[in-house]
Amino acid sequence: MRVLTFARQFGEVVLAIAIAPLFAGWIAQCRAWLQNRSAPPLTQTYRMLRKLFHKDAALAVDASPLFRTAPYVLFGTMVLAAAIIPSLATDLPFARAADAIALIGLFATARVFMSLAAMDIGTSFGTLGARREMMIGFLAEPALLMVLFNAFLLYGSTALPSLVDGYASHPSVIDPSVIFAAVAFVMVLLAENARVPIDNPATHLELTMIHEAMLLEYSARHLALIEWASSLKLFNYACIGFALFLPWGIAIHGADGASALLIAVTALIVKLALAGAALALIESVSAKLRIFRAPEFLAMAFLLAVLGLLVHLLLGVSTHA
Amino acid sequence: MMMEFDRFDPPPAKFPGNVPAIRVQANADHWFAAAEALHAAHAHFLSLWGADDRDRDNCFRIYGAWLLPDRVVVIENALRDVANPHYASLAPLFPAASRMQRAVYDLLGISTEEPDMRRWLRHDGWPESVFPLRRAFDGNQQYPVTSEPYPFVQVEGDGVHEIPVGPVHAGTIEPGHFRFSVVGEKVLRLEERLGYTHKGVGKRFQAMPQAEGHWLAARLCGDSAVAFSWAWCAALESITDTLCPPRAIALRALALEHERMANHLGDLGALGNDAGFAFGLTQFSRLKEDLLRTGAALFGERYLMNFILPGGVARDLPAHASALLSAQYLKLEESVAGLRSIYDEHAGVQDRFRETGRLDHAPAEQLGALGLVARASGIQCDLRVNMPWPPYDGLQVQPALQTSGDVAARAQVRFDEVFASLRLCRALLADLSAGPVHAAVPIAEPGSMGIGLIEGWRGPVLIVLEAGPEGSIRNCHAHDPSWQNWPLLEYAIIGNLVPDFPLINKSFNLSYSGQDG
Repeated sequence: MRVLTFARQFGEVVLAIAIAPLFAGWIAQCRAWLQNRSAPPLTQTYRMLRKLFHKDAALAVDASPLFRTAPYVLFGTMVLAAAIIPSLATDLPFARAADAIALIGLFATARVFMSLAAMDIGTSFGTLGARREMMIGFLAEPALLMVLFNAFLLYGSTALPSLVDGYASHPSVIDPSVIFAAVAFVMVLLAENARVPIDNPATHLELTMIHEAMLLEYSARHLALIEWASSLKLFNYACIGFALFLPWGIAIHGADGASALLIAVTALIVKLALAGAALALIESVSAKLRIFRAPEFLAMAFLLAVLGLLVHLLLGVSTHA
Repeated sequence: MMMEFDRFDPPPAKFPGNVPAIRVQANADHWFAAAEALHAAHAHFLSLWGADDRDRDNCFRIYGAWLLPDRVVVIENALRDVANPHYASLAPLFPAASRMQRAVYDLLGISTEEPDMRRWLRHDGWPESVFPLRRAFDGNQQYPVTSEPYPFVQVEGDGVHEIPVGPVHAGTIEPGHFRFSVVGEKVLRLEERLGYTHKGVGKRFQAMPQAEGHWLAARLCGDSAVAFSWAWCAALESITDTLCPPRAIALRALALEHERMANHLGDLGALGNDAGFAFGLTQFSRLKEDLLRTGAALFGERYLMNFILPGGVARDLPAHASALLSAQYLKLEESVAGLRSIYDEHAGVQDRFRETGRLDHAPAEQLGALGLVARASGIQCDLRVNMPWPPYDGLQVQPALQTSGDVAARAQVRFDEVFASLRLCRALLADLSAGPVHAAVPIAEPGSMGIGLIEGWRGPVLIVLEAGPEGSIRNCHAHDPSWQNWPLLEYAIIGNLVPDFPLINKSFNLSYSGQDG
């Protein structure tokens, strides 16, 4: 039994690493279609990674070991996060090791390393990007915490697997606070993953970049790892969203059969496809915000999450009664 | 309008050109007084250039050109002290003259008392004591590259730091260096350094026969090929008294309006993209591409670098052109109107466009804005309206005018001009007379000077041509309105946010190659 659990954990992580670039490629494809362009194939992100892994890395003369290790730290933290998030099943050995608050800490660690590495070379763009990234980050984190507190209030736990189990055991309860939290979560997801309207992953204009400005000095395998970690981060955020708001299909405690896992994989792929299309739609119909509107955007996310909490406290009692 | 220089001796002479122009021979004493009179009359400063005439009458010459509402004035200043040629700086009256004076020094060694005489075009390619536009200079001479520091103006204060950008950029664009002094995300000062694409076209023109000059003129600035080649041909035709057939003139205007529309469509798409609205880029790029392909099918090339020749145009339109163009104009008008309402009603796009990169009327006037940028700041200046040359004299061009001077205004001027150009193209097609499209051009008399001034999509494009013996070119000065408008960009960015710079820059969309020469 124990061996099976670990096999499931391992399988989940491998699946996450394997399909994260696919998710990013799917969003790019949907974006292209929505703009009436012919789309790159779904395998484009994999081809890009392959190309980068086959190149020789160029390092700046002033690069310290921090600069070289940061991509590995980044990739490592995102893989660890993928192990904690119950994307397929809730009975995971790693999931017990950390709750959702620790998860936010894990993302913060990755951010700190990325920003330090960006400043390490001493170019003005790296520092510019790091500064903006920290600004977005410190505004997004409280909003994300508030979103999680919503779920905690509902199910009384800060561990994502317990949340999913709790949700699955009371499927009839649809709390209005969840809707506020879900909207806030999508806003945080956009900001944290360098998507329009906060950042533009497709831009070539150095002065407008946030996330990309930090990567300008990276090449080859380092860049590949960072790109892969970025797509994993987006995948992880999507899976947190599914665990919090759309947990249907995830194999919960006790449902250990192969059929439950098959259902979980199918459900995940369907949910990713729909979420990717929805993200692409949001990105295509919005313009990028002026950078000093980003705090307003994230303050709005925070406010919505707090509203969710208030709604729960005011109405939640009667729903549960 | 009676001006002070109308009383000069010798009196102003007519300057041959496609627009009404006069040439005033001022000596060193009258040079600055004439400029002051023009400044008092609110003339638009157009260009400043020099010539080495020591082989002919032992002097250097400096020329200034201005735009009055009804005519162009060229002031000429012969500098007799050939050992140390010097003239009074125009920068106190016309700030736009400053960089042109620096360029004149780099090329000819004619100095002025301007405090900022850092080199402008000389990018370590030749030593300070060498002046490439002097007649004795051999264009094939190679010099070792010596790197000298170029001091930028420093801004001091708590938390002020610099962001150097370029000359090599992340996108495929031309080279230019931008030095931002910023506090946080706010820009305190921007200083440009251009001249990286200086190719020495002034010198190259002097080695070309008159019959080939249009070829180089069309290649000065790729997006203004029609405007520059028409200006060149207009200058040559006016000194040789060539009359172009009416059909050729109409076809030139059709080509110029196509060039204007193609550039405006491209810019409108890029403006959307720089605001993070990629949908706009794909839609406008498609419209621009359709227009270019129609151009390739009808005029023979996508960018019309070989279309306009002295005496007319290179080829006539095919028989089916009129029907094909009418159908395309209809589709284009419909699409642009639809996209305009999307831009106008998109809150995110409008939030980025409005109040961004604001250039008010007063500073635009004071700093000498020209062309599209000036029209977005409420300055009524369009040569097609003010001094229409054929065929615009029969077309009643409606000027596009906005007053807010921000990115939104520059986008609106582009939209308005696309619709105005569509109207002009339809009128030109409807009245297209039959007949030849080319006339023979005789050789110009040595020493004769002519001016060609064409309202390109960016603004007035100037060519001043001086003929040499036996069909050669003695001097040719080409001027792009970017000279005037680049310093305005430095002004418009002040107080804006660093990430808004690409958007503001795109709304100006100035030329590097056309200005570096």
